[in-house]
Amino acid sequence: MNKLFIRILVIFWKDMLTELRTKEVITSVLVFALLVLVIFNFAFGMRADGMEFVAPGILWVALTFGGVLGFNRIFAVEKENSRLEGLMLCPVDRAVIYWGKLAGGFTFMLAVAIVITPIFLALFNLPLFLPKLALIIVLAIIGFAAVGTLFSAVAVNTRARDIMLPILFLPVVVPVVIAAVKATVPVLAGKSWGDILTWLQIMIAFDIIYLVVATLVFEFVLEE
Amino acid sequence: MNGKHSLRNNILLGLGFALMVAALYMVFIYVPTDKYTGIVQRIFYFHVPVAWVSFLAFFITFVFSILYLWKREVKWDAIACTSAEIGVVFTTLVLITGPIWAKPVWGVWWTWDARLTTSLVLWLIYVAYLLVRNFATEPARGARFSAVIGIVGFIDVPIVFLTVNLWRTQHPTAIIFEGGLTTPMLITLLVCIAAFTVLYVLLTIQGANLKSMETDVNRLRNTQAE
Repeated sequence: MNKLFIRILVIFWKDMLTELRTKEVITSVLVFALLVLVIFNFAFGMRADGMEFVAPGILWVALTFGGVLGFNRIFAVEKENSRLEGLMLCPVDRAVIYWGKLAGGFTFMLAVAIVITPIFLALFNLPLFLPKLALIIVLAIIGFAAVGTLFSAVAVNTRARDIMLPILFLPVVVPVVIAAVKATVPVLAGKSWGDILTWLQIMIAFDIIYLVVATLVFEFVLEE
Repeated sequence: MNGKHSLRNNILLGLGFALMVAALYMVFIYVPTDKYTGIVQRIFYFHVPVAWVSFLAFFITFVFSILYLWKREVKWDAIACTSAEIGVVFTTLVLITGPIWAKPVWGVWWTWDARLTTSLVLWLIYVAYLLVRNFATEPARGARFSAVIGIVGFIDVPIVFLTVNLWRTQHPTAIIFEGGLTTPMLITLLVCIAAFTVLYVLLTIQGANLKSMETDVNRLRNTQAE
């Protein structure tokens, strides 16, 4: 068990080092997410009233589409430099590769969310300290990462690489998006835990189901 | 068609033809017009069986995707893929006939209730299944990847349905069907369901055979090329 964990950590650390040195993915995704926030603001007519209805949606569109961009990179970097074969040559369970990549994807999305959310809250004049929102975001990101890592491995091995991931990813994470947005609405309005409990439960169930299914199915994706 | 199954296939073909003719007769001539919604209600007799078949098709894709990943026999993948194709076609029909019915009856083309949203997401997931197959670099990979999508996507469907249901119970929903089904309507519906299910089975058998033969031909061609 310890060995498994260390192997996962090694894969995770490799990705972290690469990203820390170049910082190319995080910067581009951050800028993109910010742009989404701004453009959607214009798209909704910049009204001062009624903003509490559209604000949660705007945040989650930014995070979802930023996430898609980021997850595209998870396996694309491996594919580009022919490192995918090298990774597959490692004498480890395929599931270990999945979890290593998952850890990287999750951390990456968490970093994006940590930067984007306060900016979002400030832009829409909402309170900045919202622990409930933090929980919603973490749960949703786990779901995104679970699905995104799996589908990234699929998409990267097809011809229409970049467009394939959103097509695969977005329909499947619909429950997470719905639950996240519906939970964010009462949180931004200052409501209590009771209002968001069911949505949290849905996200937790989705996360668990997809982490298990993806772990089981991942070996069929990285095969040769 | 496969020689040893041609009797079975011919019987199915005859049965399917008879059922379809019966269904058409019953829907357009036999069954009385619904007094609440009028003539447009007859779409229901096509819409419901088609929706049922589309779910059946994706369930079959799910089962045979698992079988294919486990046993790696081409014929399992052929069935899974054909079933997904038919499922996409039938889901498209659902998404077209539904709004045609809905506009005069509900006054809107679309509503984001659980059934409609789930059908739409189902359609999107299985279109992705077909796209992954087409965009894969080799057929074997395409088969493997789409099998993964077939499994992961099918598991998502109940989750989507439950989530949207939860979401929509906070809003008023349109009533799907008022009143019960009278006996002629029920019989008509059952005949239509039977007709479309037989159609599905026929199409799947034909399509899967075709795909298996295609794979065999390609394999032979590749062996000969060496």
